[in-house]
Amino acid sequence: MGNRKIALVGNPNSGKTTLFNVLTGANQHVGNWPGVTVEKKEGKLRYQKNEYDVIDLPGIYSLGAFSEDEIVAMDYVLSDDADVIINVIDSSNIERNLYLTSQLLEMGKNLVIVLNMTDEAEKRNIKIDVFGLSKILGVPVISAVAHKGEGKNEIIKEVVNAILKKKTYDNPIKYNKNVLHHIEHIEEILKGKKIPYPIKWTSIKVVEGDSHVLKRLEESKIGKEAVEAIKDFHRFHSKDSFELEVVDSRYSFANSIAEATVSRPAKEVETITDKIDRIFINKYLGIPIFAIIMLVVFQVTFVIGEEILGGIAAFLIEGLGGLIEKLLMSVNSPEWLISFSINGIINGVGAVIEFVPLITVLYLMLGFLEDSGYMARAAFVWDNLMRKFGLQGRAFISMIIGFGCNVPGIMSARTMDNKKDRMITMFINPFMSCGAKIPIYTVFIAAFFPNHGALVLFSLYALGVIVALIMAKIFNNTLFKGESSYFIMELPPYRLPTIKNVLRNMWTNVSGFIVRAGTVIFAVVTVMWVLAVVPASAEPYSQDSLLGAIGSFLMPLFKPAGFGTWQESVALFAGIPAKEAVVGTLGMLYAGEYMEEGKALVDAIRENFTQLTSLSYMVMVLLYTPCAAVLGTIGKETKSIRWTVFIALYTFALGWAAAVTIYQVGSLLGFG
Amino acid sequence: MINYLNTLRKGEKAKIESIDAGKEATKRLYEMGLNTHATLNILKNDIGPILASVNGNKIAIGRGLAGKVAVSKIKE
Repeated sequence: MGNRKIALVGNPNSGKTTLFNVLTGANQHVGNWPGVTVEKKEGKLRYQKNEYDVIDLPGIYSLGAFSEDEIVAMDYVLSDDADVIINVIDSSNIERNLYLTSQLLEMGKNLVIVLNMTDEAEKRNIKIDVFGLSKILGVPVISAVAHKGEGKNEIIKEVVNAILKKKTYDNPIKYNKNVLHHIEHIEEILKGKKIPYPIKWTSIKVVEGDSHVLKRLEESKIGKEAVEAIKDFHRFHSKDSFELEVVDSRYSFANSIAEATVSRPAKEVETITDKIDRIFINKYLGIPIFAIIMLVVFQVTFVIGEEILGGIAAFLIEGLGGLIEKLLMSVNSPEWLISFSINGIINGVGAVIEFVPLITVLYLMLGFLEDSGYMARAAFVWDNLMRKFGLQGRAFISMIIGFGCNVPGIMSARTMDNKKDRMITMFINPFMSCGAKIPIYTVFIAAFFPNHGALVLFSLYALGVIVALIMAKIFNNTLFKGESSYFIMELPPYRLPTIKNVLRNMWTNVSGFIVRAGTVIFAVVTVMWVLAVVPASAEPYSQDSLLGAIGSFLMPLFKPAGFGTWQESVALFAGIPAKEAVVGTLGMLYAGEYMEEGKALVDAIRENFTQLTSLSYMVMVLLYTPCAAVLGTIGKETKSIRWTVFIALYTFALGWAAAVTIYQVGSLLGFG
Repeated sequence: MINYLNTLRKGEKAKIESIDAGKEATKRLYEMGLNTHATLNILKNDIGPILASVNGNKIAIGRGLAGKVAVSKIKE
């Protein structure tokens, strides 16, 4: 028999993941739920010679069909895969958190409730009758302060106990008479049919009109008649709001329990969060403070990540290259192997690895902001301005995350519950200049703008943001015209992020980058190297090689943008699988060609570009087709190949047009 | 007297009477604790979203949506 399974369910900001980390320690594995881009965190808990699998479900406010996160959580809980469910509740926020609890009880699942962050509740003078809560619900309730590890042993004991007892619960929620009557009616329809979920629960969800459950029912073999009967029911009651009545009955249940067990001070205690917020989301100060924070983030990223650590990394890679070259020569390796190792791998992949420190620092700081609760404030202060472009404040968070990498940026659009906001936010994210593009800019900046690096970089980022906002406005008025949107968001209390969590998140992202450098980018560079040295009759790295032929073929397309050499075209082409490969490919091609002169990549670029073409090249890189990973994510998130192709093409067209405009206008003005 | 959430001022307290928004938005409001009869403290209403506290928990609500939430003021 496999390990017993424990699943964690809870609201966002309830400290669920912190508890997951406390329970599993370093024993974790992060993957994806099948078919969707929702992250699946699994870990192992060892207790008294037994091993348990712990599954961290996505943070959600309710189990329903609103978002992929909710569907994943709902399906998992219903699948009965878990032997017990830990419902993590934020103690300062019991009323709202109990809504999710009521849904879990509605499903009748084996539960253990953890009242987390009781220290914060205490500070706010909120008193909770833990014993009473447990008694009324009939569910074990344990108080804990997960980030300090308090309550860990009690939780484990209760959880193991609950697994042994295999308890299930009767649905405690009282629906109103009318709704109850309809639930029975649906139950009648479904009786004896093969349905994927428990019948009582399914009937409630049908009356509630949960689109996911309805879809599942249609897919399962309940017969045309039953499907039609359900459709008739909804058609007939299209003016009734059973959905809200069901939600309301859950709320009444949650409220009655909170009323009986929670007492709050007559006057809310002013917290540190209130004090900080008075400044941070102030009408006048909010945006300037945001700008300062971002400026510090980028400044620190570049000083520490690039100038200090990046330099060290470059030095080490160069040294390693020399060492390998000597080693290979000493064992009389064939010429091609040396060429491949040095030109292909060291110059190509090395160009990417040099940026690991920079990306590490950037992710550390973005992760810190995220965990501290500041990101929600950023969304809040930007909402007003974003609205002018037809977006909401939360879109801004996705954009900021996109600065690190567009993949999580696009995935974070999932927190937006309406389709229009979500789609537009995803469509514009590729214009957010991601970490992988930084190497490209820094090389060009070193070659042409050594004294104005920060300014050029800042301008590129700003241009990306401006293009994104303009496109948002255009999409809003064309593709998604007339669709409404709304904005509701929780501003969680500020919390000092734990070093462990920040490091863990950073590592997830950075290791992803390193793995990509080792696989996709390695593969791209290898393919490029092979193309560059065949056919044997051609001079390697020359225009006569196969790669040269491809580049020459593409060259006319990029000629109006001023990219005069075939290498430049090929590098853009190589950037579609992975943006890091642009520099990698340029490194390999130019290093190959300039090997005998012994000049570095920067020198090679200085010889092949002008200030003007370097600008148009950087803008092209900024705007053109995002990398394969981003396109893949867009495909998964939109579930549409057509949208994915559309994004690949329109971004390319936009990048090309911008690069051409810069080059042509610049030439006219005499900057050529 | 019935007011709408977007017209309340900082420091005022109110009880939610009814919500006349789309189903999805209404459900979202419910989930965030803004169900009927919940009491709110208005923390901020100048530019941008309205910030209200529900049980000491801060919720930002867009102006458009706030205009669809009918409330009655509670006098201290």
